Amino acid sequence: MAEENNTPRPGLFEKGGKLGWLHSTADAFETFLHVPGTVTRRGAHVRDAIDLKRVMIIVVIALVPAALFGMWNTGYQTSTLYGLGWGFWMCFWKGLLKTLPLFIVSYAVGLAIEFASSQIRDEEVNEGYLVTGMLIPLIVPVDVPLWMLAIAVAFAVIFGKEVFGGTGMNIWNPALLARAFLFFSYPSKMSGSEVWIHAPKGVDAVSGATPLAVAGEGGVSALSGDLSLWHLFLGDIPGSVGETSAIAILIGAVILIWTGVASWKIMVSSVAGAFLVGWLGCIGGVTDVPAWYQLVLGGFLFGTVFMATDPVTSAQTEAGKWIYGFLVGALAITVRLFNPGYAEGMMLAILLMNTFAPLIDHCVVSVSISRREKKIRTA
Amino acid sequence: MSSNIELKKGLDIPVKGAADRKVLRKVEPGLVALKPTDFKGLVPRLLVREGDPVAAGSPVLADKDRPEILFTSPVSGTVKEIVRGEKRKLLAVVIESDGKGASVDFGACNPVALSRDEAAGLLCKSGLWGGIISRPYGVMASPDVKPKAIFISAFSTAPLAPDTDFTLGADAEAVQAGVRLLSRLTDGGVHLCLDAKTYSKSPFHKIEGAIVHTVSGPHPAGNVGVQISHISPIRKGETVWTVPILVVAAIGRLVLTGKLQLSRKIAVTGPAAEEPAYVEALPGTPVSEIVKPGEGIRIVGGDILSGEILAADGHIGFFTDQITLLREGTEKELLGWAKPFRPKLFSSSPCYFSWLTPSKKYDMDTNLHGGPRAFVETKCFSDVTPMDIFPIYLIKACLAGEIDKMEKFGIYEVLPEDLALCDYVDPSKNDIQAIIASGIDLMIKEMA
Repeated sequence: MAEENNTPRPGLFEKGGKLGWLHSTADAFETFLHVPGTVTRRGAHVRDAIDLKRVMIIVVIALVPAALFGMWNTGYQTSTLYGLGWGFWMCFWKGLLKTLPLFIVSYAVGLAIEFASSQIRDEEVNEGYLVTGMLIPLIVPVDVPLWMLAIAVAFAVIFGKEVFGGTGMNIWNPALLARAFLFFSYPSKMSGSEVWIHAPKGVDAVSGATPLAVAGEGGVSALSGDLSLWHLFLGDIPGSVGETSAIAILIGAVILIWTGVASWKIMVSSVAGAFLVGWLGCIGGVTDVPAWYQLVLGGFLFGTVFMATDPVTSAQTEAGKWIYGFLVGALAITVRLFNPGYAEGMMLAILLMNTFAPLIDHCVVSVSISRREKKIRTA
Repeated sequence: MSSNIELKKGLDIPVKGAADRKVLRKVEPGLVALKPTDFKGLVPRLLVREGDPVAAGSPVLADKDRPEILFTSPVSGTVKEIVRGEKRKLLAVVIESDGKGASVDFGACNPVALSRDEAAGLLCKSGLWGGIISRPYGVMASPDVKPKAIFISAFSTAPLAPDTDFTLGADAEAVQAGVRLLSRLTDGGVHLCLDAKTYSKSPFHKIEGAIVHTVSGPHPAGNVGVQISHISPIRKGETVWTVPILVVAAIGRLVLTGKLQLSRKIAVTGPAAEEPAYVEALPGTPVSEIVKPGEGIRIVGGDILSGEILAADGHIGFFTDQITLLREGTEKELLGWAKPFRPKLFSSSPCYFSWLTPSKKYDMDTNLHGGPRAFVETKCFSDVTPMDIFPIYLIKACLAGEIDKMEKFGIYEVLPEDLALCDYVDPSKNDIQAIIASGIDLMIKEMA
């Protein structure tokens, strides 16, 4: 009823109004806060309560355990390495202080670009970045300089998403693009063993290699003590902010699978692919790290659960999802085993399979259509 | 011979307002309208002028290109008004009923004794031919085409759809006669699909002269298009016909009595209906004589998924057997998408908690529950489409207007109603039915 405004002058943010050029931004805040009062005009007269915002917020909720654990772990790693003796809450607090700027930079830069491009395209702002903005801080080393993060986010959002037409049109997972951009643009800053653990002020950085790098050099015998299988599973190890804890990631996986937001087929087949290659590598003598270690090392699990399952960039057909997931897992471990220069293969495996997902779908659909035509012909 | 078709995919939308199995009243309309827009593919030619007297069964319109197809008055009376829209497009012929009930006698006959041409001729001159729908594309059938087969769905699974066992239970004899007449029109036989749940109690399970199938599963199991795709999918170049069961009954009554009797029980349903039950009325009856909803209520002719919006001062259509009343959902909801529980809303997705209350019926309104977005989540489409097609690929081919791909992805097999649930479940709030309809229109234009 409040909408019945008969004055001819347009509102402040409406087209023709004083700040009319900002109407998309104003709409975005409006629709961000509300489920709009729009009614159906064509097609089905009633619609399901679900919308894209709900889907996105579910993913964000699924990421919360990994994010919280990552915050605590950031503090815990610093405390352990430098012998600071922080308690649980102190670890969490210090970690929060260290990681919060990552989240702020990621969201601020990404949403600003998102809003601006919606303004240019004259569309409603898409909520896809709510997830991407949360993912990016979780897959970077904690000590990444904020300006680098800002540039990477800008690159990923502009060239990974907006040039294709925004969320739903992109070919590659934008969060992984940001990670790849950082890795290839600033390799000296992004690899090695100094970046994974935050050094407190006034202290010289000490090397804190990730277990993946340790295993790459020393094999399975190097993974003992603080790096035993249990610790790898629990996640109190050095690594990117959100990727270390298998437990926290599995909680997220349960949420995603239960709500149907992410495909369990991709997760299962990715694990199967990784396990198979890890096992072959082990019996083939390439490595002495058992296959199950590969599943909890590095970013494999995080990538499988949260990145490979992105509904936009993964395969769309059900059969295609099995193939896509399997290849993601298999390729990731292949890179790990055969590429000495780069310990983690998950990022590249997913980006590569993002590229090939449409091809997989094309094959699946073609096979299905020719099968169908045969069936109809014989019917 | 019969076979059971078991469908798993689909969705029954738990909306409030199912019609009680009782007839509240019989409407004797003062005015009825014959709307050429009810028949897809009809280019009407007017056969009457304002003031002309007509009887029930008198021709009012003919098809321009196939002048043997006539459209007749459902009542006796006089032509009151010829309603035209933009570019003089004929929208309706309004006939004032004199209440005398005079009707043209087409002569009762034995349908089995008729030749194909005689059977088609009888349907054409009585005005019932327009009730035969031709697939692909869902247009009015052509008498000179011999279809591969004729399909009849004797039940509907659409939300709150009228219960055919109740509306036509007493007319089983007429349905039988209608089936016999239709079987004269094709060499491929008449396929009749019954609900597997109520098969043994169905008044139609003893129908002869038809190949009977039973179908089980959630909506759209009752859609004839879904049934065809499981019984005998349509190939390029093939034509099948479908006839709504209510038209089959009218054909049967014509055969048995020689008269055009179109009166049907209309289910008045929906969360905004005060007393959901049946009303007996003729096609073309003014909406206001059936329902009188207040402000802010949408009147839908048909079900909530693929019905058309009826104006409060408009008339119901030739095929209308259901009216659904819905509140317009124009209220905004602050942070609605972030609330953990929204107990008043239904969602088929486990992202909400509707699965905790599986037997609850919901008071639904017309709110879109979100804003339009690009396609993101697309598995939901195939989850509600029990056909051997990839809905998202068909939808995208229709959007791109690529004829080859539309053919490959199954445009011949679908009508918008078959993908209506995709409209409902899409979190990106696209109008899938409109996309499919535009694809079909393009096919008709290009393949003509």
